Amino acid sequence: MGKTIHISPLSRIEGHANIDIQLDDNGEVASATTHFNSIRGFEKYVQGKPAEEVTRIVTRICGICPWHHHLSSTKAVDACFGANVAPAGHMLRECMQNMAHINDKILHFYFLAAPDFIMGPDADYKVRNVIGIAQAAPELAKKVIKMRQLGQMMMEKFAGKVIHPIAAVPGGFSKPMSDSQRKELIESTKTLLDFATFSMAHAKENIFPAYMDDVTTLGSITTGFIGTVDYHGALNFYDGNIRLMMIDGSFQDFNDADYLDYIAEHVEPTSYGKFPYAKSWNQGFSMDIDNPKGVYRSNCLARLNTCDHISTPLAQAELEAFREQFGRPAQHTLLYHWARLIELVYACEKTLELLMDTAICGKETRFEVSPKAGRGVGHVEAPRGTLIHDYTTDENGLIEKANMIVGTTHNLAPISMSVEQSAKMLIKDGHVDETILNKVEMSVRAYDP
Amino acid sequence: MPVKVANEWLNSCSGCEIAILNLGETLLDLLPQIEFVHIPVLMDHKHYGQLGEKREIDIPKATVGLLSGGLRNEEHLEVAHEMRKKCDILIALGTCATHGGIPALINSFTNDEFLEYYYSTDSTEPGAKIPDQGISPLLDRCYALDEKIDVDIYLPGCPPHPDQIATAILALLNGETPDLPFKSVCDTCPAIRKGKGNITTIKRFTENPEYDPDKGIDEMRCLLEQGYLCAGPVTRAGCAGNDGDAPRCISARVPCRGCYGPVRQDGNQLLDMLNALASNGIDITSIPDRSSLLRFSGAHNRLVPSIKGDK
Ligand code: SF4
Ligand code: SF4
Ligand code: SF4
Repeated sequence: MGKTIHISPLSRIEGHANIDIQLDDNGEVASATTHFNSIRGFEKYVQGKPAEEVTRIVTRICGICPWHHHLSSTKAVDACFGANVAPAGHMLRECMQNMAHINDKILHFYFLAAPDFIMGPDADYKVRNVIGIAQAAPELAKKVIKMRQLGQMMMEKFAGKVIHPIAAVPGGFSKPMSDSQRKELIESTKTLLDFATFSMAHAKENIFPAYMDDVTTLGSITTGFIGTVDYHGALNFYDGNIRLMMIDGSFQDFNDADYLDYIAEHVEPTSYGKFPYAKSWNQGFSMDIDNPKGVYRSNCLARLNTCDHISTPLAQAELEAFREQFGRPAQHTLLYHWARLIELVYACEKTLELLMDTAICGKETRFEVSPKAGRGVGHVEAPRGTLIHDYTTDENGLIEKANMIVGTTHNLAPISMSVEQSAKMLIKDGHVDETILNKVEMSVRAYDP
Repeated sequence: MPVKVANEWLNSCSGCEIAILNLGETLLDLLPQIEFVHIPVLMDHKHYGQLGEKREIDIPKATVGLLSGGLRNEEHLEVAHEMRKKCDILIALGTCATHGGIPALINSFTNDEFLEYYYSTDSTEPGAKIPDQGISPLLDRCYALDEKIDVDIYLPGCPPHPDQIATAILALLNGETPDLPFKSVCDTCPAIRKGKGNITTIKRFTENPEYDPDKGIDEMRCLLEQGYLCAGPVTRAGCAGNDGDAPRCISARVPCRGCYGPVRQDGNQLLDMLNALASNGIDITSIPDRSSLLRFSGAHNRLVPSIKGDK
């Protein structure tokens, strides 16, 4: 056997993973394995805890998308306790859900991914980061940092905590929104929407065209997709059916409570993380890059593929242009970044739409609930994919059993496949350099574990 | 000369790193004075060399090291030792690093108990084997950093408020030791306290406290005195930042759960809270899950497999 290359840690991603690339004696890639190295056991240690407390424990699964865990978990507890949700509380939750998407997309696009495009994949690692961008393009960097800060602070000011939130509660939301807060948030959201349309136009003009070769080849694989659509088939981050799309574009819609009929998780000896796959396709599971079985993808590109349309005008126009150029379902992995910006536009428009409705200021934000025995499944679209929390409670409303499938896990199989594909495509005759290895990582950063 | 800074995340959720980014423009102002030499969330410096050719972890030398997350597997331990070796001043960043944080809740269970459960949930393929190739073996439990390496500065918080991160970094840039106050969350809370409330049992947070949303926190009766378990008395202050705001959860009218850990580094939130409640005549058996009072501070052998739930 030839040499082994350890890429560790995978950087500019959220999470803990590394890659081992094994070369054979001729310097060709014999294998490329992505190890997902993190395991913490939330499913186990929420056992015995009061369900209403779990909604503020599971936030620590991820500091980048804590809101989505918080909300998905709260929906699961609502279902366990048979709680009705106060209408204003429902709107506030949905509003926070969309606001959190705004911040995540700015972070992911500009801080984690953009250095590869703005500084170039071949730039020295010392400058290929947001600090390098701050030096090379100070005005852009300043704007990005300001916008992200605005998004974070508007959530914190209204909802108390932005990282590891606490304000969603079974039956609704912990506090109402005043009309002056609503107006202030509308102003901030308008600023963010301007920034979103600027980002979209800027990337289409100055960023993506230079990398079209990479976009259409790097990490390219062909899979199914998963995402949430509302009852009219439109993209929705908060509520609706889960849609599982096959490679040919046909799909099944199902209620989250039935997820076990559609999704199963496979265990590989090389990763702590489990690999979800489409059980309902009845093909089993295989990560063979030429002939995958059961593999589907989640996150923004998946959502844009699965939805029939988007309910807000600017994002819908972008979706139409995107589909015209790349078809439906679009498969190229680097298109995730493009899809991310379309979703940024949508998240701003949707937040604004929710804030424009004065019903969001309703004084009653929470109905009282009583802990009791039950089972509840809650799901939302986290930035990285469909996030499912499934709890069973005992008669005191303490958690008896819990199962969680987080957004990123849906993508563990596709990430592993994209890594293998790009390593095999780029490493020839034993030649590796920093640019090649960074490009292998770029095929991970599109999804971001 | 800018000061060299290194950051690593261990058994963490990355919220501490996001809190660093939440410094926003302050971070931009700080940038000319600091030079990041290693920070995986932002920068591609690799442990095993840029071409993955080295055999041992190698992090560049730095004056200040920021280390988030507790220790859960052998790789964490290796990285922590390397950070200790390479950094002059090591900061334990966040409650996971200082007290184990939420992930130390696992210390109520043995590894076997939890691995068997995790690899046999309803969605997992039946008969799955526990993974064991190319991944880092687990330690027997989740440790806070100072159980295995020397820590110079403790910066708790889940996550720490960006103001406090800035205060600490600025002090270090000036060659001073950061001065972080040892106050309780209650000391920074404006809610009205009348002394002994007339409560004898604790309510669960499935109903809302009484307050007028149009009025400030300073016109709301203390949540503990309203009968909700609030860990404010036994939790270290800081979450409100430097502006004198109300503690973060209280500002959303939600009781504190103790995310900054005990007021003193070696304090015990569970014992202190039970004492405080008992001395106010509150029946401590009315708390549905007492071990949850150690929800953020289960390292240092505070949570062990025999202490699972309540009774
Ligand atoms: S202290 Fe909190 S924010 Fe920091 S890593 Fe731990 S869980 Fe995440
Ligand atoms: S509400 Fe909580 S933090 Fe505030 S004073 Fe009462 S016990 Fe302390
Ligand atoms: S109020 Fe308590 S739980 Fe909430 S952020 Fe502050 S210290 Fe943490």
